[in-house]
Amino acid sequence: MTPEPEPRAIEALLREHAPRALAIVAGRYRDFDGAEDAVQEALIAAAAQWPAGLPDDPRAWLVTVASRRLVDAYRSADARRRREREAWDEREAPPADEPATGDVDDSLTLVLLCCHPALTPGAAIPLTLRAVGGLTTREIAAAFLVPEATMAQRISRAKATLRAAGGRFEPPPDDARDARTRSALHVLYLMFNEGYVASEGDDLARPDLAAEAVRLTRMLHASLPEDPEVAGLLALMLLTEARRPSRVDPAGRLVPLPAQDRTRWSPALIAEGVVLLTDAMRRGEVGEYQLQAAVAAVHDQAPTYADTDWTRIAGLYRALARLSDNPMVGLNAAVAVAMTDGIPAALEGVDAAAAALGDHHRVHAVRAHLHELAGDREQAAAEFRAAAARTANEAERRYLVAAASRLSETAREESRTISGVHVENGGSAPTP
Amino acid sequence: MRFMLLQTYGPTASDAPAMTEWAASDVRAHIAFQQELNERLAELGELIDAVGLAGPEAARIVTSDGRTPVVTDGPFPETKELLAGYRLVDVESWDRALEIAALVSAAPGPGGAPVQAPIEVRQVMGAPATDEL
Repeated sequence: MTPEPEPRAIEALLREHAPRALAIVAGRYRDFDGAEDAVQEALIAAAAQWPAGLPDDPRAWLVTVASRRLVDAYRSADARRRREREAWDEREAPPADEPATGDVDDSLTLVLLCCHPALTPGAAIPLTLRAVGGLTTREIAAAFLVPEATMAQRISRAKATLRAAGGRFEPPPDDARDARTRSALHVLYLMFNEGYVASEGDDLARPDLAAEAVRLTRMLHASLPEDPEVAGLLALMLLTEARRPSRVDPAGRLVPLPAQDRTRWSPALIAEGVVLLTDAMRRGEVGEYQLQAAVAAVHDQAPTYADTDWTRIAGLYRALARLSDNPMVGLNAAVAVAMTDGIPAALEGVDAAAAALGDHHRVHAVRAHLHELAGDREQAAAEFRAAAARTANEAERRYLVAAASRLSETAREESRTISGVHVENGGSAPTP
Repeated sequence: MRFMLLQTYGPTASDAPAMTEWAASDVRAHIAFQQELNERLAELGELIDAVGLAGPEAARIVTSDGRTPVVTDGPFPETKELLAGYRLVDVESWDRALEIAALVSAAPGPGGAPVQAPIEVRQVMGAPATDEL
């Protein structure tokens, strides 16, 4: 008799087998849309029934239950659809056994289908989480802080869009494969960033989107081990995740890179990311994800903030700017430029990025940081306040407000101690 | 990205009178429009919540020094600033939020002419944070 399984073990089993079960059912009935719904129902049934005892073959259980649900759905569908179905089945009898393709190919096909370029990221991310990640609609809704009905509707719209775009459960044609892979990487990158939202409290019911994105990107990397940008994205995620333990302090406050406790960074993730990245860059096709990962690697490997190899980071950002016209690149480069070429050059770079980005909170936050480096506390405080007023992240706002008040306080104290009368604290103020 | 689209009792660009003074058929058309819009947004998986608030006549304003709360009854001199209702949506972009706000603003008023109520569009906190400054 199977001992009562741990809830976490069940979850892991479900996640592991969901994409393969979906591939089998979708292949058998040639109906991705219906199979996706049926597998979702099977997952919910499994979550309810497996705690009493695991089936001997979890994947076969999921396939059987999902197939039964799908057939029930066909039976209850209207007569017109049923007639269509029968005509279809006669023309092309479904294979009785599992398709011959392996797990790896199935996962790849599923990811490339769910991240189809016809879908916006807001549609592709939930669909990928459900079809490939094996998450339930309820869990996905919780991750995005929307009601379950809203998320269910969004996923079913996504599938309708896929259908209209001719997306089917089959490997994409060779000439579309590369573009489809790029599209999948973009979706996974955004999913990871979404997971970086500092959560309000520890809500265990809320799945960790960053961890899901890492898991799915690992899956993609196992399917496409030769693709340097897939490896680059995975490295970027691992090298960013490595810093997670020190990104937020015990009180839930955001800790910026210079103030992070580097002893808490994960050496294992850093080592894995660096090996992946080194191997990918050796192939010679350097792309945006590899370069971003390289920047993260330089930060992760610096013993202290002061010992960061800014020359290398500035060089990596120059390479990134050649590949991408995203003005964020210029903004992210600003601190490295300040360290290598001086603050005036960095501020010039920020002005150029600001021309394209407009009144963006990151523009103000970076300016604030540069003014602080220059010792101009009043200007820095004003820019921190401007950034705080414009960010849409609560943890970031708290950090920016605290930075502004810390600086204006020291600026006031300084003006008192200098002469006892009010002194304008200009750019010539001494740096501590 | 989540946004709140807020509407107050303030003046509209069409100078429409308060809804209580509209013809019954115009009120029905207006309400039908709002319901259809909600259904459409729900179908698109964009609607989180749509709330209309009871009129300002029934409003109370509470202030407290931590010991004795003071509750003020209406009527209030500045009803125009009071919230009439809101929609909470989760959309792909700022542009889409503005597009929905434009639909809301063009809701039919007297004689079917767009009311042109000003709709305040506010992003709900929750965007990704960064630790690189």
